[in-house]
Amino acid sequence: MLKVEEQQPVEFSPALIAKFDEIVKRYPEGKHKSALLPILHEVQAELGWLSVAAMNKVAAYLDIQDVEVYEVASFYSMYFLKPQGKYVLEVCRTGPCCLVGAEKLMGHIESKLGVKENEITPDGLFSWRGVECLAACGYGPVLQIGPEYTFYENLNEQKVDELIEDLRKR
Amino acid sequence: MARKLLLEHINVPGINTLDVYREKGGYRAVEKALKTLTPDDVVEEVKKSGLRGRGGAGFPTGMKWSFLAKPEGVPRYLVCNADESEPGTFKDRYLMTHIPHALIEGMIVASFALGAKTSYIYVRGEMMPQIRILEKAIAEAKNAGFLGKNILGSGYDLELYVQPGGGAYICGEETALLESLEGKRGNPRIKPPFPAIAGLYGCPTVVNNVESIAAVVPIINDGGDEYAKLGIGRSTGTKLISASGNLVRPGVYEIELGLSVEEFIYSDEWCGGIANGKRLKATVAGGSSVPILPANLSLKLANGEPRLMSYESLSEGGFATGTMMGSGGFIAFDEDQCIVRNTWNFSRFYHHESCGQCSPCREGTGWMEKVLHRLEYGHGKMSDIDLLVDVAKKIEGNTICPLGDAAAWPVASAIRHFRDEFEWHVKEPIKSLDTNYGLANYAEPIAKAVTTEN
Repeated sequence: MLKVEEQQPVEFSPALIAKFDEIVKRYPEGKHKSALLPILHEVQAELGWLSVAAMNKVAAYLDIQDVEVYEVASFYSMYFLKPQGKYVLEVCRTGPCCLVGAEKLMGHIESKLGVKENEITPDGLFSWRGVECLAACGYGPVLQIGPEYTFYENLNEQKVDELIEDLRKR
Repeated sequence: MARKLLLEHINVPGINTLDVYREKGGYRAVEKALKTLTPDDVVEEVKKSGLRGRGGAGFPTGMKWSFLAKPEGVPRYLVCNADESEPGTFKDRYLMTHIPHALIEGMIVASFALGAKTSYIYVRGEMMPQIRILEKAIAEAKNAGFLGKNILGSGYDLELYVQPGGGAYICGEETALLESLEGKRGNPRIKPPFPAIAGLYGCPTVVNNVESIAAVVPIINDGGDEYAKLGIGRSTGTKLISASGNLVRPGVYEIELGLSVEEFIYSDEWCGGIANGKRLKATVAGGSSVPILPANLSLKLANGEPRLMSYESLSEGGFATGTMMGSGGFIAFDEDQCIVRNTWNFSRFYHHESCGQCSPCREGTGWMEKVLHRLEYGHGKMSDIDLLVDVAKKIEGNTICPLGDAAAWPVASAIRHFRDEFEWHVKEPIKSLDTNYGLANYAEPIAKAVTTEN
């Protein structure tokens, strides 16, 4: 269920709108709906997740129905429809990474952060989840952190601990 | 050393910049094509090269191009499929990260051949760093006059854009990719019409994999005939192989098609053998969707001849004893790996990634995942094994796009070749929770590798 604060209206900054305007230029006239996926990425990078209010604003900007945004945002796994931790650790959980220890690593992250998959640490800094193949199978186990989707490869428990400490200090 | 076409200069410092790329002969193919060839000449060279689609289907690229409809007054599009998501495949990420201009150059030549004035590179959203790399490379190319209006004074105009996906395996299917590029859910379209007739925005469109596009560069530089001299039979040229799993040196390798599987796994020039001194149990040769093979059939054909890394040799024996080249995602399993667990893992992947349009796939992938889960966790029944075979058979061929087949094949092949391991999970439910079945008795992997000297 959506909480009250999640229903709060959002404002897009002029800088964000300027980015939208640039993206829309990539497509032929009348085909601006193509900008939907890149625009949702920009919104998520700025706000951390996609609230209903944010999606409605995107629909208004692109002059499409609200539901056209909802159906896209709910189809693709990268879009968060709920608030997340500031850093979302997304660990690959597919076959090749599991051959080299991804499942064990996810167990370690769970105990290190003290929260279950898709939950947020009390300080609001972290959440984590298993995701499907990230196309880095030769460098597994791997995890990524948005919004720039920085990659961390050939991980082990020690490297993950260091990464989490680093992020805490930022 | 083996001949390299795409990764020849991969270790040159700064090869990701336009200047260094040009010093190493980059953008010669653009100059040659735009100044001395007609679009039809380019298509002809690609046809002569015998290049086959590197994304997985292996359809001849030149033929795909020649199917493109060219009605008057309707724009045509080239879309590069960089939605690399097949488990076991990471070659396109590697190419785009280290030598982005190879893709940009290929896109310019291919767009010229097809008469496209606007082209898109659809990159999976998780590859945001690669998207930034490509955007920078495009800006460099535009600055140098290889993109934009009247390229090199030829009168040809081209704009090239990068489009991020949203994290959906299904968008690697070309019509789902086009839907996604139009800002919609990635639901594959019913074919016909094929994209060559009605693709992006209903206009004639060609969709090609990153590696296929990049391969156009050496084909134009040296000629299609030269390219066709490499490789073996109808598997011409070189192929990027993504090697992962329990190997000494996993990574991306450019091989000349026709290399033996044994040499690829064990030779120090390539993967260097199985990690930690273990023995090989099984391989998946072309990405998670292709049938898994036990060690003996991975290395040798049913008749005892060596199996080669080529489209024909990998599929020799059909699905009874063979597999497929697929996208070249080569996954090696050592003796400690559990086939049931891995099959469950792959099934979960396909269930997660099914778009939900067709019921055999939507329901079947979830059903297979559930049954495999209970087999893996000690609650399975003997009849579950045949149930899986039955469900897989009913998905295969009954869906709009090949994701259904891709979900069914790994399950069917794992049971075909490792049935005793599945039965062991039923008979020994407690034991199978903390021990692995080990090497299947019929796998008979060779004790010591014999590799040919170069």
